[in-house]
Amino acid sequence: MTKETKKGGVINWIDERLPIFWFINKELVEYATPKNLNYMWNFGSLAGIVLVVMIGSGIFLAMHYTPHVDFAFNSVEHIMRDVNYGWLIRYMHMNGASMFFIVVYLHMLRGLYYGSYKAPRELLWILGVVILLLMMATAFMGYVLPWGQMSFWGATVITNLFSVIPFFGEAIVQWLWGGFSIDNPTLNRFFALHYLLPFLIVGVVALHLVALHMFGSNNPLGIDKKTKEDTLPFHPYYTVKDCFGLGVLVTIWGFFIFFAPNFFGEPDNYIPADPLVTPQHIVPEWYFLPFYAILRSVPNKAMGVALMFSAVFVLFVLPWLDKSPVRSGKFRPIFKYVFWVWVLACLTLGWSGAQQPEGWPLIMGRIATFCYFFYFLAALPLLSRYERPLPLPESISRPNSFPAHKVK
Amino acid sequence: MSTRKELNPGATRRDFLVLTTTALGVVGTATLIYPFISSMNPAADVLAMATVDIDVSNIAVGQAITVMWRGKPVFIKRRTEEEIKEARDVNLSLLADPEPDAERTPYKPEWLIIIGICTHLGCVPLGQKPSDPHGQYGGWFCPCHGSQYDTSGRVRVGPAPKNLVVPPYKFINDKTVRIGSET
Repeated sequence: MTKETKKGGVINWIDERLPIFWFINKELVEYATPKNLNYMWNFGSLAGIVLVVMIGSGIFLAMHYTPHVDFAFNSVEHIMRDVNYGWLIRYMHMNGASMFFIVVYLHMLRGLYYGSYKAPRELLWILGVVILLLMMATAFMGYVLPWGQMSFWGATVITNLFSVIPFFGEAIVQWLWGGFSIDNPTLNRFFALHYLLPFLIVGVVALHLVALHMFGSNNPLGIDKKTKEDTLPFHPYYTVKDCFGLGVLVTIWGFFIFFAPNFFGEPDNYIPADPLVTPQHIVPEWYFLPFYAILRSVPNKAMGVALMFSAVFVLFVLPWLDKSPVRSGKFRPIFKYVFWVWVLACLTLGWSGAQQPEGWPLIMGRIATFCYFFYFLAALPLLSRYERPLPLPESISRPNSFPAHKVK
Repeated sequence: MSTRKELNPGATRRDFLVLTTTALGVVGTATLIYPFISSMNPAADVLAMATVDIDVSNIAVGQAITVMWRGKPVFIKRRTEEEIKEARDVNLSLLADPEPDAERTPYKPEWLIIIGICTHLGCVPLGQKPSDPHGQYGGWFCPCHGSQYDTSGRVRVGPAPKNLVVPPYKFINDKTVRIGSET
């Protein structure tokens, strides 16, 4: 505190009444961060920045969009053709959704490989899964707003998932629709909720950060930081590293905005919604493909839906499925390979989800679905019992010294 | 930090890097914000409606019509000889917002074209129909706060501070006036 009291009069005056500068200094400047973080630790802050850009661009799009079945499609075209820089803002938002999922999926892979979900960060992980669910709901409803063919039929398929609920299914689906089919009431509420959910995400992100700052970031070695030697102040070391990562992300994002704005989209969504004609080939946005593949890999409707939702919900209990006390995959000789098999399974699911559900893609999808769940429900619990981890280093600042090894 | 400054007084390489990076960041942020601000300006479809062509061939002498231009009412009045005379004979020094009638009717004295929005607080004055109140100067009367305008649309009784505004317009031919553009 001695350092703060020396600061200028105005800052000091404000700090005494509202400790905002003290807080920034504590959590973002001097904040002790493990000094061995690699680039996989960039994705958290990147996800935060993408969220802010999505909210910003979304608010400006909402100023020109009309949530009505007769006008929605044309109002999006109005944004593209008439509104100053409307095309830029829409492409930012549209490709931003894909960037958001890329960044968040990588952020999760980081957590999965380096065991960031383990004690004492279980709630941090669970809050992250909540954010993922909110993101999925937000992305889905956002995709409905342009009211193209894919919007309409995507909304039809997804809302019909709830019809598998016994007894109440039909009533719940009608409640979701606000009618007997996807129509104007559905579009209106999706717009309202698409505007609301991002702010809920901001709230959960705040909790995610509070939980993060209780114990600080995990690190590639997966061991706790012990002394000051193990850490660096967040600023300037990680602010600069995050800025570099942001530069890379913005370059990639910009490439898609300016050179391949519809790369992630479906051409059919530029056809206005028609409740009488389903497009030939219905596929969700790429970030839902793995889950879509799981849905289709089961020939039973209720089971398929249950399995698809389980694919996300299993993440909630992950901290209790993997009981290995060693966090980082670096020191787990078998886990290391099993993990990459799981990643391969996820990619296979993504590929399978984009194909027609028949023949090889379906078989591959089924194998990958099995692998996906085998990893969580069998491999992790078994590995935490039978795998013999490598010795852990003494500390972050002495990664090549292994005291446990020496004792043995 | 202080030791580094003491050892190396004056600008260091790091100071230079921090300054240039910050400057570039500010420029980048500004270029990002610009399209967002610009998106709130009138869009192309709004600008396309910025001029309207009005057929005035059916307006009889002494009659007035109200048309919409940029979301506002525009009064087009074909004035009678008496109304023109009344508007031109006024002693300008008596007016709150002195303006000769000839300047307000650049095409022909009989055609008065004004935006029908009271310059006080934006109400639409009465006086387009013969049955409307016209105020004591034979023009328009604002029902909100009692401003009165003469046959040239000039304010004669407050609280309005200015004359009714003459929009940019041009007669393309004797029958058609284009409001919103002087060319």
